[in-house]
Amino acid sequence: MSSTSQKTAARLPLLALMYLLPRTWREGRREGMIEHRPVLTVVTHLMLILGVAIVAFPVYVTLVASTHTAEEVLQAPMPLLPGKHLVENYLSVMAHGAGEATAAVGRMMINSLVSALVIAIGKIAISLLSAFAIVYFRFPFRSFFFWMIFVTLMLPVEVRILPTYKVVSDLGMLDTYAGLTIPLIASATATFLFRQFFLTIPEELAEAARIDGAGPLRFFWDVVVPLSRPNIAALFVILFIYGWNQYLWPLLVTTQEEMYTTVIGIKRMISSGGDAAMDWNLVMATAVLAMLPPALVVILMQKWFVKGLIDTEK
Amino acid sequence: MEKRARFQSQWLPYALLAPQIAVTLVFFFLPAGQAVYQSVLIQDAFGGNVEFVWFDNFKELFNDPLYLASFKVTAVFSVLVASLGLVISLILAAFADRVIRGANVYKTLLIWPYAVAPAIAGAVWMFLFNPTLGIVAYWLKLSGVDWNYLLYDGQALLLVVIAAVWKQVSYNFLFFLAGLQSIPKSLIEAAAIDGAGPVKRFVTIVFPLLSPTTFFLLVVNIVYAFFDTFGIIDTATNGGPGQATEILVYKVYKDGFKGLDLGGSAAQSVILMIIVITLTVVQFRYVERKVQY
Repeated sequence: MSSTSQKTAARLPLLALMYLLPRTWREGRREGMIEHRPVLTVVTHLMLILGVAIVAFPVYVTLVASTHTAEEVLQAPMPLLPGKHLVENYLSVMAHGAGEATAAVGRMMINSLVSALVIAIGKIAISLLSAFAIVYFRFPFRSFFFWMIFVTLMLPVEVRILPTYKVVSDLGMLDTYAGLTIPLIASATATFLFRQFFLTIPEELAEAARIDGAGPLRFFWDVVVPLSRPNIAALFVILFIYGWNQYLWPLLVTTQEEMYTTVIGIKRMISSGGDAAMDWNLVMATAVLAMLPPALVVILMQKWFVKGLIDTEK
Repeated sequence: MEKRARFQSQWLPYALLAPQIAVTLVFFFLPAGQAVYQSVLIQDAFGGNVEFVWFDNFKELFNDPLYLASFKVTAVFSVLVASLGLVISLILAAFADRVIRGANVYKTLLIWPYAVAPAIAGAVWMFLFNPTLGIVAYWLKLSGVDWNYLLYDGQALLLVVIAAVWKQVSYNFLFFLAGLQSIPKSLIEAAAIDGAGPVKRFVTIVFPLLSPTTFFLLVVNIVYAFFDTFGIIDTATNGGPGQATEILVYKVYKDGFKGLDLGGSAAQSVILMIIVITLTVVQFRYVERKVQY
């Protein structure tokens, strides 16, 4: 047997697989690929499908676990097809929680939503204002303030856990929405982003506004904010996810169950009992509920999400 | 770049900056200052006896085998997270870049883990690998692996690495894909005409052109592994078994919050600040923003 035919023989299973795939996939050239390599095209799709499957697998198992009874989940191996208790499990966690975190997950989701919205809107609002001040005014200590905002980039919560906790506790902000959100709403990234954008707004607009007798606030509200809408939308998506997914901070400042966010609720559920004693179906239902809102935001607002990710890293 | 057209006001710019600066001062500078201040003091847990000890807290830290072990864990963890995360997402992006039809479907299906909170990612992967009820643990045992991450250090580290990489692949993938799509097709076509196959083209043309993206992502991934994986570790392993998955950020939290060692935790905070500052400077000075999106 010549080496060429050996090669062909090795490729046979792949060639056979090709014919299970849609025609357009088989014809590489149609997809704008540089040369016609049908085997590579098949491998490409197989690899991508494999990647998607591996990425989705943990969440699939989570979803499945949330539709069974606690006993079914404890079986080894647990079932890999959806069960019949979806509605029941979700209603139960929404109303009563699970494990020792007996606060209703419905309440936790409201807490998560309120903090995510306050953090996202708060960061955008105060950053719009400070970027406007820095770009459109000339005043003493301007660069000092700019530098001060910049430095916050280098001080994430993670490196100043204990003293920040102490400040918040001294201010009586533990277990309040203010405590959950205000310490997180300074934003160097958002301020930079808006500053960069304001610098691209044509000078003529501000000149025209001045000649027409519009004051700075009028100009800000009627011109700058509407022009910034795409940036605001992109940033909102990123910051909503950031706010919803906060972990360390709410872990420190919430001690009462009714102030838990959904993400904290899960931690309290897992750390409450042994593996066997726990209602894993309910914990996993809570995990699904915790993932759903930010995942929906990413999928439904994908365009803004991608823009936001790229903008915030500039 | 400066604006020529400006507004005049004695007080307005300060008023506009006030909310941001107030939050910055109260919740960033004040606590950071306190951390630095406390790092040179020894204080008993009740706030009595305070003694100024210069750098004793730091000396003690660097003589503490547990702290050095945590450094090592952090180093291994972040190298694994960054390298695996980059390699896997580059492979996926390179394949996705070949596809025109269906590319957006793959993109959507690959990017959503970005939206999952690190703590949830930790909980979900822990559930899969849990030695008593996890489905993956069950398969591993079937195939003869003695799987118990609650006992074995390496397995626990592997678990948190997998969860951390899983969460970060989406981000890397998006940036790699954007980088790949910005490479002029004419370059690739020219190489193809000259007879270079896909692998050779990737190694000699595509990858070098991607190096700014790769370097940028490397820094971002290291920052991610150092600071944004706290939730993963707290829900998946609690830093255990022993100290096997106790990265620096986790140790600050544990020593300060659970152990109430104020001076030691503050000294650790200061060291972390130095690390963040270094990484930020590297990011701003050396990361070229030549990437075309």
